Amino acid sequence: MDMQTSLLDRLFDSGLLIDTGVEGLYGRSGAFEDVIARFERLIDAFGGADGAEAMRFPPGMNRAHFETSGYMKSFPQLAGTVHSFCGGDADHMNLLQCMEVNGDWTKDQKATDIVLTPAACYPLYPTIAKRGRLPAKGGLYDLQSYCFRHEPSNDPARQQLFRMREYVCMGTQEHVTEFRQTWMDRGLEMMAKVGLDVTMDVANDPFFGRAGRMMANNQRDQNLKFELLIPVTSAAKPTACMSFNYHQDAFGAKWGLNLENGDVAHTACVGFGLERIALALFARHGMDIALWPADVRKTLGYQD
Amino acid sequence: MKQKIRDILGKHGGLPVPVETLADDADLYAAGLSSFASVQVMLGIEEAFDVEFPDNLLNRKSFQSVDAITRAVSSLVGNAEAAE
Repeated sequence: MDMQTSLLDRLFDSGLLIDTGVEGLYGRSGAFEDVIARFERLIDAFGGADGAEAMRFPPGMNRAHFETSGYMKSFPQLAGTVHSFCGGDADHMNLLQCMEVNGDWTKDQKATDIVLTPAACYPLYPTIAKRGRLPAKGGLYDLQSYCFRHEPSNDPARQQLFRMREYVCMGTQEHVTEFRQTWMDRGLEMMAKVGLDVTMDVANDPFFGRAGRMMANNQRDQNLKFELLIPVTSAAKPTACMSFNYHQDAFGAKWGLNLENGDVAHTACVGFGLERIALALFARHGMDIALWPADVRKTLGYQD
Repeated sequence: MKQKIRDILGKHGGLPVPVETLADDADLYAAGLSSFASVQVMLGIEEAFDVEFPDNLLNRKSFQSVDAITRAVSSLVGNAEAAE
């Protein structure tokens, strides 16, 4: 039995995660959710005073915005679209007959205007662009959403539906790169406070295909993405639990995000993989929260 | 070869300035070549010269200037000829 299956089995056995029969699609227990809620309060304790504007979107986004984002250029293999039955009575009869004989009833489903959100910040950019130019001090936003990525796996740290908490900063190059550095420092401090061993490393997104390999190399060469890695299922291959991304002016140009003086805005975001952080805590400190180290429990606000 | 490369840059590079105004050693990224456009240029060159960029050449440096692209393509065309 490999390590990944074993952690997943322990999570199922302890009831922290609930098997649905689909890899990467799990229910969560109250205790698991409580860990995530407490960690989010720790994020608030570090970032709350920055005065970010909080916004919460459901886990689906406007398909037109998704198309503009260019996500299909880079990650077609990860996207999930929402399709529905749009036919009449005769189509309904055909549908039921097809299901009756275990046929492929999904092939006649029609695309809706909704696409599953691939990253918490995707609905933000068109929302901010619609407001007009950014204020003089730039923009800072706080987001959290379930996100979808089609990558079935028995690694509990690679789920298909998971939550991402994000802060997004818009402004000048100096402003947004300073924001990113601040959160890299905070990330290290936060994880130390909850007793997790971390390493910071330059990284790349999982761009698709050969063109994607060049995009990935470019991203690394320019130090555009860093990840904070924590052992979850393997000490040799730790899992990215936070990422720190500098988009240069790519999103600013794409969405028409402009500074007060009309210049194209630079953007950066910091993301927390909330399930991954919770899983790192359970993998490190054990399945029973009552037995976690006292200082970790205190940091997360558990009463002893 | 340089003219062919310049034609591909003009078609796929999305540069805000005409390619003719750029010297062979001019920095294409400084001239406005985006990351995504550089990938389009790479694919255009592969098709035009019937070559495939190996992993070690799939990076920004290979597409930094007309000279740099020429060097990369020359090395690939040379390899293809040597292999025949």
